[in-house]
Amino acid sequence: MSVETSKQPGTAGTTSDELIRIEGVTKRFGDNTVLDGLGLTVQTGRHVTLIGPSGSGKTTILRLLMTLTKPDAGTITVDGQRLFPAPEKELREVRKQIGMVFQQFNLFPNMSVLRNITEAPVTVLGLPKEEAQARARELLDLVGLADKADARPTRLSGGQQQRVAIARALAMRPKVLLLDEVTSALDPELVAGVLDLLRDIARTTDITMLCVTHEMNFARDISDQVLMFDAGRVIEAGPPERIFGEPEHERTREFLGAVL
Amino acid sequence: MTWDWSAVREFMPHFWDGLWVTLEALALGSLISFSLGLVWTLLMRTPTRWVRWPVGVVTEFVRNTPLLVQLFFLFYVLPEWGLAFSALTTGVFAIGLHYSTYTMQVYRAGIEAVPAGQWEAATALSLPARRTWFAVVLPQAVRRVVPPLGNYVISMLKDTPVLMSITVLEMLGQARLFSQQHFQFTEPVTVIGVAFIVVSYLASLLLRTLERRLVR
Repeated sequence: MSVETSKQPGTAGTTSDELIRIEGVTKRFGDNTVLDGLGLTVQTGRHVTLIGPSGSGKTTILRLLMTLTKPDAGTITVDGQRLFPAPEKELREVRKQIGMVFQQFNLFPNMSVLRNITEAPVTVLGLPKEEAQARARELLDLVGLADKADARPTRLSGGQQQRVAIARALAMRPKVLLLDEVTSALDPELVAGVLDLLRDIARTTDITMLCVTHEMNFARDISDQVLMFDAGRVIEAGPPERIFGEPEHERTREFLGAVL
Repeated sequence: MTWDWSAVREFMPHFWDGLWVTLEALALGSLISFSLGLVWTLLMRTPTRWVRWPVGVVTEFVRNTPLLVQLFFLFYVLPEWGLAFSALTTGVFAIGLHYSTYTMQVYRAGIEAVPAGQWEAATALSLPARRTWFAVVLPQAVRRVVPPLGNYVISMLKDTPVLMSITVLEMLGQARLFSQQHFQFTEPVTVIGVAFIVVSYLASLLLRTLERRLVR
């Protein structure tokens, strides 16, 4: 099944700029088929949310795009560059355009908050240290942690760590931001702060976002397109109003009934 | 048997010479085993089988043959092929090489204990492999490897007397030489025995301080 994530015809500001194309992608872990001939495309600047039950393959899509895992079949193209197979040099170029925020934050505990954010801009993009630090401080300001630049990540709360992780991903100025259940490991009272930050980023930047989440209100707020996953396939796709308002597929109705 | 303080006095200058050689062998041997072990570990993680396989065989061989045999081989056999080094150089290298096959396992365990998420974050940030190793993974592995590496330093100290077998005059070598010349065994052997305890104890204190600073 193939899903286009362009807006409905007639919507203003639509570009036909295709950024991500996934075709016939299958991924198995042992006997378990996580993705089953999946196809989808994402246009530049779209905010796409992936919803569905656990184990339906949502996170695997993000991991494939970040080249953290390889597909067993099918092709993935990002900004015109095919990923599997591709020489390591090409993969690095593609990765530079993609940022990822993880469920478990994955900040580097051996570095200060500031260095977590400047490390890649300095060593990968070749930014002068001062410029990278200035950019990092701006981002820390954006995520509301300007006073934590010199702290160790382990001294921060989960919500603060996740906001640093978001700043770290944004410091690379990626075209695409992959958000993998970024609030699932947070204490309930910390979730709202992180989601508000992401709403801000979605509203104020033209960054393309692919977001795996169980926060349906958040999905409704930020998405142009919602993809409902089940058993390794997209079973339903559409604008959030329709998916949440009048889901067509029985599985979607069941799923939304259970989580909303 | 009587204890003769004058024999102790006479032995002391030789003792200091021996202690210096022991500490030298220990320090350089540690340095070699720490760095060579890291090289083995990194080579064992390369994707090419043609690197991993020979490294695996050589290190397995070195780990499973006695240090004494290796010393004899390096000191008495290699010169026949034109490779001759001083006794101390040979000894230091042999100890370093032998223990590097142990430290490589310590490093491996330390590296494997770094969570997969750290590697994934490094990939997501496009960090080059070198940078991932030296800025992210190894600094986190260090705090896990210091305690076991410290144990190997103590082991190494206790193995330094085997250097005597290739004519290195470390503490035991000095004690034996003195004993043979003066027919007094009790005093020199007791003195170096005490010295071994003192050095191990000081080394373990030093390591514990280092651990505490790293775990902070």
